[in-house]
Amino acid sequence: MQHVDGNALAGDLADLFGVDLTAMIASCAHCGARGPVAGLVVFRTAMGSVGRCAHCDAVLVVVVEHEGRARASLGGLRALEAAPVQ
Amino acid sequence: MTRAAWHVATVAEVRDETPTARRLTLEVPTWPGNEAGAHLDLRLTAPDGYQATRSYSIASSGDGTRVVLAVAEVPEGEVSPFLVHDLRAGDQLEVHGPLGAYFVWRPGGAAAGAEASPLRPVQLIGAGSGVVPLVAMAAAHDEGADATPFRLLYSVRTPADVFFADELRAFAEAPAPTRLGLDLVYTRDAPAGAARPPGRLTPDLVAELAWPVEQRPRIFICGPTPFVEAVAGWLVAAGHAPEAIRTERFGGA
Ligand SMILES: Cc1cc2nc3c(=O)[nH]c(=O)nc-3n(C[C@H](O)[C@H](O)[C@H](O)COP(=O)(O)OP(=O)(O)OC[C@H]3O[C@@H](n4cnc5c(N)ncnc54)[C@H](O)[C@@H]3O)c2cc1C
Ligand SMILES: [Zn+2]
Repeated sequence: MQHVDGNALAGDLADLFGVDLTAMIASCAHCGARGPVAGLVVFRTAMGSVGRCAHCDAVLVVVVEHEGRARASLGGLRALEAAPVQ
Repeated sequence: MTRAAWHVATVAEVRDETPTARRLTLEVPTWPGNEAGAHLDLRLTAPDGYQATRSYSIASSGDGTRVVLAVAEVPEGEVSPFLVHDLRAGDQLEVHGPLGAYFVWRPGGAAAGAEASPLRPVQLIGAGSGVVPLVAMAAAHDEGADATPFRLLYSVRTPADVFFADELRAFAEAPAPTRLGLDLVYTRDAPAGAARPPGRLTPDLVAELAWPVEQRPRIFICGPTPFVEAVAGWLVAAGHAPEAIRTERFGGA
């Protein structure tokens, strides 16, 4: 299956957090790599989405929907920082 | 940034975009408007309750309640053949949006969250339906008479496969300060008199047609995942700063 990227997580994460996280900077708890949430390597299935570190492939984010309620596991993230001013 | 929500959309108009794609104009009375480059999640519910959700970029931007999409048919796909062949004016859909704070362009020369820096030009690079959010950016640039230098490099199979061909031509013929630099690269069939024979985009061609590294362009790349990753890799290898490159991957074979 071809992956997409973290832009595709925008809707699921907005459902949960009420804001758009895609421009925020995520750092990987496994390898320390930092980059925008939009840059995660994302696999989507009917069950939900898995976002991996583009650098080391570690799972950073899992979003699933169960009985109409969304649930996100964020255990692979070390931190989320506000979007940088470019 | 407007808060995303689920909305009920009514299909206002459908028309052929290319032989294998459809333009869908939705009327969304509760739509809060959207930035150029944003997308939405579209949800279909079958009579038995089965649901399928897919993301689609928005070709329009601004405050209106009309939302324009363009959907390419992925043969054997679950959702796109329905949208391309079966959807009719008057049908209702659920849409979640506007989505995406990263892959957006804001008039005034600033990317998302940025202050105005009008001297940095903008380079848009798209393939196939990946041009949709780039069309929104080019349209916002044109409508706002924004003076940021803008170029679009668009890789497409044949002349008949160009999305928003009339709009792009009009942007490319606008008066000088806002004119869009438009380069079409045909991969399969080029029209008579085309600048070059049909062929895939190469690192050399991208270097020739995109703003040079010294001008520090902001770059937006969108299309099938392998296309986006190849082109972004070439640009970084050519010396463009990775932070200056924003990407959106549509998936694909
Ligand atoms: C942020 C974002 C924005 C998008 N915007 C647009 C848009 O503006 N217009 C548009 O037409 N599409 C867009 N897409 C792609 C769209 O979301 C769907 O993936 C596409 O319509 C296929 O859905 P399907 O249900 O028909 O195919 P599926 O049933 O999901 O897939 C069927 C088969 O086709 C393959 N496939 C999936 N997607 C593609 C693809 N894009 N190209 C080729 N093969 C594919 C799958 O791997 C699978 O093997 C966007 C995707 C993302 C993540
Ligand atoms: Zn990592």
